Amino acid sequence: MTATQHCNGAPLVVYIEGEMTIYRAAELKQTLLTPIAEGAVLEFDLSRVTELDSAGVQLLMLAKRTAQAKQSELRLVAHSPAVLDVIGLLNLGSYFGDAPVSRPRAA
Amino acid sequence: MDIERALQTFIVESRELLAAMDDALLGIEHTQDLAESVNAIFRAAHTIKGSASLFSLDYIVAFTHVLESVLDAAREGSVKISGELVPLLLSCGDHIGALIDAVEAGQLEADEAMLQLGAPLLERLRAYLHATPLPVTLPATVRSVDSLAVDNDCWHISLRFGRDVLKNRMDPLSFIRHLGKLGTITGIVTLPDAIPPAEEMDPESCYLGFEIAFNSEIDKAAIENAFEFVRDDCALQILPPKSRISEYIRLIEELPEEPAQLGEILVKCGTLTAQELDAGLEQQSRVASGNLIGAILLEQGAVPPAVLEAALAKQHQVRALSVQDARSLRVDADKLDRLINLVGELIIAAASVDLIARRTRNVELQERNSTLSDLVEQVRDNALQLRMVKIGATFSRLKRVVYDVARELGKDIELQISGEDTELDKTVVEKIGDPLMHLVRNAIDHGIGAHDVRAGRGKPARGTVALNAYHDSGSIVIQVSDDGAGLNRDKILAKAVERGLVEPGRNLSDAEICDLVFEPGFSTAEQVTNLSGRGVGMDVVKRNITALRGSVGIASQAGQGTTVTVRLPLTLAIINGFQVGVGNTVFVVPMDMIEECIALSLEDGQEFTNLRGQVLPLIRLHALFDVEGGVGSRQGIVVIKHAGRRTGLVVDALLGEFQTVIKPLSKIFSSVKCISGSTILGSGEVALILDAPALVRQAVMRDTERSGPAARGSDLAGLVPVAA
Repeated sequence: MTATQHCNGAPLVVYIEGEMTIYRAAELKQTLLTPIAEGAVLEFDLSRVTELDSAGVQLLMLAKRTAQAKQSELRLVAHSPAVLDVIGLLNLGSYFGDAPVSRPRAA
Repeated sequence: MDIERALQTFIVESRELLAAMDDALLGIEHTQDLAESVNAIFRAAHTIKGSASLFSLDYIVAFTHVLESVLDAAREGSVKISGELVPLLLSCGDHIGALIDAVEAGQLEADEAMLQLGAPLLERLRAYLHATPLPVTLPATVRSVDSLAVDNDCWHISLRFGRDVLKNRMDPLSFIRHLGKLGTITGIVTLPDAIPPAEEMDPESCYLGFEIAFNSEIDKAAIENAFEFVRDDCALQILPPKSRISEYIRLIEELPEEPAQLGEILVKCGTLTAQELDAGLEQQSRVASGNLIGAILLEQGAVPPAVLEAALAKQHQVRALSVQDARSLRVDADKLDRLINLVGELIIAAASVDLIARRTRNVELQERNSTLSDLVEQVRDNALQLRMVKIGATFSRLKRVVYDVARELGKDIELQISGEDTELDKTVVEKIGDPLMHLVRNAIDHGIGAHDVRAGRGKPARGTVALNAYHDSGSIVIQVSDDGAGLNRDKILAKAVERGLVEPGRNLSDAEICDLVFEPGFSTAEQVTNLSGRGVGMDVVKRNITALRGSVGIASQAGQGTTVTVRLPLTLAIINGFQVGVGNTVFVVPMDMIEECIALSLEDGQEFTNLRGQVLPLIRLHALFDVEGGVGSRQGIVVIKHAGRRTGLVVDALLGEFQTVIKPLSKIFSSVKCISGSTILGSGEVALILDAPALVRQAVMRDTERSGPAARGSDLAGLVPVAA
């Protein structure tokens, strides 16, 4: 799992590789939550995720919520088939979606 | 419960259902009651799906579900079962059959090859389906059960997983995937609300909850079973389709999340409409004001709500219909075989008692014994009757063969079936299926010509293949006939000469020429199709039928058609026999073959006699089997009949009727002609059973060799019938 920073105002892209499962849950929590900072724009690149289970899903959801709370923007990009499958199954598209978040943002 | 046995039952039932489905599909174009046919097909698919889910055969469930959806659309009339859909549905039936076969072979998981076979079928099935998911249709009465029932066909499932689920190596996602295979998840909302703030969150605990709207015809227990492994580890609430709004309200109250938010979630799931939610909340507030508390408690007490009962009743109804009359009982074939064997031993024992009773000349004992023998005979008949099945099922299976072959060859064929109620022994039925299939294929491929050929001969474009069955003197006769061109006598003869089967220039009768097609490697088809014409076939048919102690004959009229007649003994185990003495030996003639017995004195070497003005060829068993012992002074003739021909057997003594248990002869004797088996007499001696058809053939052969010498009229004075 590598986190690569693109400077120059571009979003911070976190590349997540391999499986996002219970076996790596603790490590994942660090990876996903650490980069979330006040007001930042963040992208999780999921193209190299081979497997996603409930532990991974709830961490992604937590990351999304945490980001919202910190008024930073978190986008999931380049979903791998494994990720798309789970998001489709659980109908989480709108939860993670780029559509305007339903909760009002503090100004 | 014994899973293995339940699985066997599932396999057997599924095959029956598939056969019923095939039957209904093939008959759908001619059916009087289209709705019932469609229902029958639907029920078959539905029941297989339901049973498969009990055994977690998910791939069968998944495949059948799509099929069922299409059939459901057909039931509603939005899809019409005709044209291309019929072969598609037949192929789907075949595919399920293959999956069931795999299950029987012990394969309980789908493999790649199976999925690949199923995929194109699914693709084509889905083309008939509109995007709308399969709605569960409940009887209209359900709606009136409760005016406040929610207008929705989905189950509502509320799931909150326990914290330790993930640590216990179970993944909530897999349960939801499994659920998706049991039906359609029409709406799902994933609830992250239980996830604590980031700092407190334990990544290895599970915080997820789900609200699911689920469309399926499985019952509540089946849904609960889907979550069996996590039952202790999760909070599961299931509401049946069309529950009262108050039930949903109660659910909302019981769940940990905020009621208002949950209400929205239910709306989002598609379980409730916004109006229904409002109505419910209003009712709730009335309850809160105290007026209706009693009513609400009553509702809570009604554990299986009327809606659930209605849904369950429907399930039972479907199941009951598929089982048909529950008045029949499924018994292991082995048990029946054991019974028949025992009855056989009983008959032998009774015969020996009978012998001793007669020897002791105790009249009372003889009398009682005759009652006993009577009962034994009835037991025998009833026991054999148990094994008798109607040939109709075998004929029905041939419908499919006709349909497939006709399609493949582009011929228009009608199958006419008669005598489907004719009964015969189950073992015979099982073994006759393949030879019959061969004969039917042959009839379509060779017998019936192409459209233009038929039209040229002034025949209807639609060819006819007819199957007929009836009983005839102890045998069952099955006929496969077509209205095609008939056998080409010259071509067969030319081919036979070419193959060296017949010497050139020999004069053969029509019947002999027809019989040539049963020679190994004989085919006159100019074009070898993948169905027939490779020259393997008719000889195999003949061999199979001969192995069942049967015979096969072919009759053909040029331009009119061909009829193949198969004769089989009714049963393979016990027969009524007639004992005859030849020299010092006892032979048994199957009673059903005997027409009459006559006594007369004959001159040596006489081979024919006149029976009421007709020539009766004679066979002297004494000479035929080269039996030891002198020829008796009062010889008799036993007249046997097979396939319309009579033959007289000259014997030394007529010993009377007795029940005969057929014991097969060992292989060493397999080349012995005119003997079909052996039996044990009451005295413990072994008697040989005569093969009546072979004897008749023998007489006929001799007859033709000598080309019909005239019967000598001078001997006829002594003919006296002694028994009918």
